[in-house]
Amino acid sequence: MTLRLFISRDAAAIAVGAEEVTAAIRAAAARQNVAVEIVRTGSRGLYWLEPMVEASTPGGRVAYGPVAPRDAEDLLGALIGGGFHALRLGPTEEIPWLKRQTRLTFARCGLVDPRSLDDYRAHAGAKGLERALALGPAAIVEEVAQSGLRGRGGAGFPTGVKWRTAAQIEAPQKYIVCNADEGDSGTFADRMIMEGDPFVLIEGMVIASIAVGATKGYVYIRSEYPHAAAAMEAAIAAARRSGLLGSRIAGSSFAFDMEVRVGAGAYVCGEETSLLDSLEGKRGQVRVKPPLPAHKGLFGRPTVINNVLSFASVPIILDRGGAFYRDFGMGSSRGTMPIQLAGNIKHGGLFETAFGITLGELVEDIGSGTRSGRPVRAVQVGGPLGAYFPRTLFDTPFDYEAFAARDGLIGHGGVVVFDDTVDMAKQARFAMEFCAFESCGKCTPCRVGSTRGMEVIDRIVRGENRAANTALLEDLCNTMKFGSLCALGGFTPYPVMSALNYFPEDFGAPSRLQAAE
Amino acid sequence: MQQAHSNRVHAPWDKDIAIACIRAHRDREGPLLPILHALQEEFGYIDEAAELLIAEALNISRAEVHGVVTFYHDFRRRPAGRHVLKLCRAEACQAAGGDVLASHAEARLGVAMGNTSADGGVSLEPVYCLGLCATAPSAMLDGRPVGRLDQERLDALLTEARQ
Ligand SMILES: Cc1cc2nc3c(=O)[nH]c(=O)nc-3n(C[C@H](O)[C@H](O)[C@H](O)COP(=O)(O)O)c2cc1C
Ligand code: SF4
Ligand code: FES
Repeated sequence: MTLRLFISRDAAAIAVGAEEVTAAIRAAAARQNVAVEIVRTGSRGLYWLEPMVEASTPGGRVAYGPVAPRDAEDLLGALIGGGFHALRLGPTEEIPWLKRQTRLTFARCGLVDPRSLDDYRAHAGAKGLERALALGPAAIVEEVAQSGLRGRGGAGFPTGVKWRTAAQIEAPQKYIVCNADEGDSGTFADRMIMEGDPFVLIEGMVIASIAVGATKGYVYIRSEYPHAAAAMEAAIAAARRSGLLGSRIAGSSFAFDMEVRVGAGAYVCGEETSLLDSLEGKRGQVRVKPPLPAHKGLFGRPTVINNVLSFASVPIILDRGGAFYRDFGMGSSRGTMPIQLAGNIKHGGLFETAFGITLGELVEDIGSGTRSGRPVRAVQVGGPLGAYFPRTLFDTPFDYEAFAARDGLIGHGGVVVFDDTVDMAKQARFAMEFCAFESCGKCTPCRVGSTRGMEVIDRIVRGENRAANTALLEDLCNTMKFGSLCALGGFTPYPVMSALNYFPEDFGAPSRLQAAE
Repeated sequence: MQQAHSNRVHAPWDKDIAIACIRAHRDREGPLLPILHALQEEFGYIDEAAELLIAEALNISRAEVHGVVTFYHDFRRRPAGRHVLKLCRAEACQAAGGDVLASHAEARLGVAMGNTSADGGVSLEPVYCLGLCATAPSAMLDGRPVGRLDQERLDALLTEARQ
């Protein structure tokens, strides 16, 4: 009997030893004369348990982790003999952290072999496309609109509205562009999809192409993600071979093909118009809008540009219907959000759940607090342009509007936890430094203001004219907020001002506690 | 595949190889970035002489090519060390103790972040997120991702990079 094992090949699993564990298990199997088949999957997203090894059993998969190469011999013995092993986590699907999630977009991630289109199909893959072909372009757009899906790249713009705009324009050529630049610190969901379930992204882009009448697509992947780029290349090749891409998609009269393009280390190229310029081979500078990309996008043609997660959510919306998706969530944040728990956190990883869960639940309950064991002090939500939230705001529900109402943003769903050793003035300064480093240079408030901001924060921390310099920093933030073309300059004030407002003691001001005494 | 920094030995600058790289991509839509990646993959950096060759092949000005090369953080103007060690300096890694590790790497290599060690062995570079933020702090050595970095693991990487 062959023992069937599953080990992630996702970059983060590899980063903590998945290759070494795989090799050790193969070596141990050879020594023990056991036949093993190892399927390399994506990650389930329970990263503190990686490298995780799952074994196929009559009762479903059983997980073990985190496994080290030195555990291989023992583990294999236990798997064969049916004995107990200290790393046994039980049936994978019953692990509470996974069981509590609502995995719609990530339904297959960690489960399937990302290189196998057969495996994709065996797990309900390509069913969205099947229904999309039966519905036709206009009804696809309406289904997506009805789902309430909003762009998962950060701005939260309704996807259906964007598609409708591009669909309504007549043009000899239209494009579908996937934004896989994922530059926000604390986020990795796009990477996980590309490495763990690349066909769902391809399927989403194919459905978009049918909806708006586009024939060519690009996935723009950041250069920091070589594994994701390789996985996408392999999946695109497989999709072409099986007719999922090409001149007759799934035997229909629609044509669509796509390719991978790799970025070159510029954070601002995640901004959609800058990304389009970069694809065209230019400096990645932000364009003035209008025109919108849906009107004049790549090479001046109507273009739908969406985030990886937006496209990857479309197949299930088409398969199960817009109303099914819309039933999850709260307010005008519908469906599920793949939330990424990161930084100094005990149980970090991907947690997909309906909108509405509070920040406190995410950090303390699901994340189990800090990995260092020290108290949580600040949480940055939504990447480098997101606000730092203190514990007093832990009741904020994960919802676009609720975060905006508290001068924050959910962005791409990254949650970065800091313990009480964090210096918030240093974090504020870093936000300015990052803005200065990554500015595309088009607007003065962003290009110059960020450097001034660093200097002013330094003066405040040194105690020079604290009151005057604090007022100056606030002024500067307002200028950046209102005088910047894009959110790099426009939102950098969020982390800066939240740090200053909620943690004034780190800027040398008397702490609230001291003041109360 | 286009990859920023793979673990390969780079060829010395050669005009004919460069022209072949340019030819391989010149007919694609938006060929400039693929060409620059191909050149950097081949030589480890973008030689100044390449700018003119690209400009001629794509029928754009040399200034435009130069503007693109200098805009993107990835493109090097001169060869890197034999190994490239990237340390993540972004927030999730800061939260997990990345700053201390960065200082440690600088001290051990005797160079500031963004520079190459005196023996030409290792380029130490900052990177802003590798998407490994749940197993922070993170690094990448010649394209290989490394997570849960601590001083011991970093020392092992530095030793490996200096061989
Ligand atoms: C500085 C900056 C960086 C951005 N980075 C990304 C990114 O890495 N990925 C992404 O999907 N959107 C990013 N965005 C948002 C995009 O501009 C755009 O809203 C998004 O691609 C639209 O797709 P969606 O509607 O599916 O979210 C960024 C925006 C700004 C201003
Ligand atoms: S805000 Fe900054 S990054 Fe955005 S367009 Fe202006 S200069 Fe460029
Ligand atoms: S912040 Fe360091 S890997 Fe994401």
